[in-house]
Amino acid sequence: MIKKKYNDKEQWFIYHANLRTKTLVVIGLAIVIILSIFISGYFIRDIPTNFVNAMQMPSLEHLFGTDWMGRDMFQRTIAGLGLSIMVGFIASVVSTIISIILGLFSSFNKFADEVVAGIIDLFSSIPHILLIILVSMMFGGGVYGVIMGVGLTHWTPLARVLRSEVKEIMTKEYISLSENLGRNKVWIAIKHIFPLIISQIIVGVILMFPHAIMHEAAITFLGFGLPPHEPAIGVILAESMHYLSSGCWWLAFYPGLSLLLVVLLFDLIGENVEKLLNPETAQE
Amino acid sequence: MNKQKVAKYFGWKLVRFIVLMIAVAIFSFVLLDLSPIDPVNAYLHGAAVSETQRQILYQYFGTNVPLPDKIFNWLMDLLQGNLGISLIYRRPVIEVIIDKFMASLALMAISWILSGVIGFALGVVAGKNKGSWIDKVVKVYCYAIQSAPSFWVGMLVLMVFSVYLGWFPIGFGVPIGVSSTDATFIEWATRLVLPTLALSLVGLAPIAMYTRNELIQVLSSDYVLFAKSRGEKGWDLVKNHGIRNILLPAITLQFLSFSELFGGAVMIEQVFSYPGIGQTAVAAGLQNDVPLFLGIVVISAIFVFVGNLLADISYYFIDPRIKENEFND
Repeated sequence: MIKKKYNDKEQWFIYHANLRTKTLVVIGLAIVIILSIFISGYFIRDIPTNFVNAMQMPSLEHLFGTDWMGRDMFQRTIAGLGLSIMVGFIASVVSTIISIILGLFSSFNKFADEVVAGIIDLFSSIPHILLIILVSMMFGGGVYGVIMGVGLTHWTPLARVLRSEVKEIMTKEYISLSENLGRNKVWIAIKHIFPLIISQIIVGVILMFPHAIMHEAAITFLGFGLPPHEPAIGVILAESMHYLSSGCWWLAFYPGLSLLLVVLLFDLIGENVEKLLNPETAQE
Repeated sequence: MNKQKVAKYFGWKLVRFIVLMIAVAIFSFVLLDLSPIDPVNAYLHGAAVSETQRQILYQYFGTNVPLPDKIFNWLMDLLQGNLGISLIYRRPVIEVIIDKFMASLALMAISWILSGVIGFALGVVAGKNKGSWIDKVVKVYCYAIQSAPSFWVGMLVLMVFSVYLGWFPIGFGVPIGVSSTDATFIEWATRLVLPTLALSLVGLAPIAMYTRNELIQVLSSDYVLFAKSRGEKGWDLVKNHGIRNILLPAITLQFLSFSELFGGAVMIEQVFSYPGIGQTAVAAGLQNDVPLFLGIVVISAIFVFVGNLLADISYYFIDPRIKENEFND
């Protein structure tokens, strides 16, 4: 999105670069920002409480203001974002593994394909947020429940894409040739099909990330999982609900805004990576 | 149109519906059965009872029987419309769900229509003036709202309209101290405005984006170029060649969004403390009210299926090409 601001025909503002370099730079910058948020979020452990400075408006000293215990909201937000990114990462890995297994499994025969389609239908027939609550209840709630709830429910779009992709690959001649040569299905799935769907998987994972982060925020906002003192974005926002009527707008506004920015950054990375991997747009 | 084929089509849909519902019922039941929630403890809310009374309760709830028997009993009860007794409300689950679902339905239906109409209009305006400031505003708005958590949008709406402007009450379906049956229509409606507004603001982004992109595609096609060369221009051109092409897929897309609508309603109801199905689901989840939660899962699955079915039907009646394909199989 940011890239679209520049005119492709003009020189870039520092030195002349082609679209590929620009895309790479955009991806690199976004990754650096996200990594720095994640790493600094990891190191913020104890945020000092200071009741003298409670409920202050945003200022230069406290960029996002302070909450009712005088804690700096900027630090809390960064810590919360770090937590969200971590949950999003674990959830994406779990979901990706599930969708790869299901996608490859659908290549075995028609029955397996129908089974995969049925599982996808089943998972997408329940509204997503209820499904996450259901799975996290199954794991007994808590942080573990939230991670599993978010991780086990985000694979449906990617699995759908992979399934249709696999279906198309299965019609190719070399697959039937390989079958006639006596290779078994697992060998074909790993050696012939998997390499062809890697680019789909990479894009799918990156685009899964923002969804996972948003759902993590939503589920913790509803009160599942993390305890109130844990600085997750959802918990921070749920807490700020109590102070809305007294006019403390900064408690809700900035954490939500920074979550929005992180999600947008992931979308940006996803779009640009897709552009690089897609042979139609990569050579422009 | 061949009536027999239509009957066959809906027959298949019905079979699919039944299979899917049984699958959802079994799936959600097994998940909650695997959870560490002890139904008797959840029922007792920590009250002290003797061991024999506890055994009687185990017997009564049937927690001792093996899993297949439990699933069978649950499905049989479900068929008779008996979803058990809610542990929070101490009323039959089906009554609670009907009550709350009606309240939510008003919220969801109004914002569904609003987001569809406004989103489509914004999309058409943006697509027609591609590259202008209005297009940019719509695009930025859509990108932002799709990346923002829906409950945060709800909180912003609440802050602006209730706290700062003071136009609307801050929450609850009816005023404090008034039972929901005594509230006047006006009281009830003023409290519906903000949740509806928030849900519509969230819901219109995908439809506006879709409409915009499709319209731009249509407007760059050869037949629009031909129409332009014949002298058609401005609004007439968009109306005659653009909207006719886009409106129907947009309606289908809107029907397919029932799942997101439900999810949005859960979050928005929580923010505005609107006593609908979403808030009930969250309360049931947090307080381990298993029967109520299972009932809500099943009802929401039916809701989503109805949305998909309506989308299919609208496609089928609208697009003659799909009709041919579907029935030649």
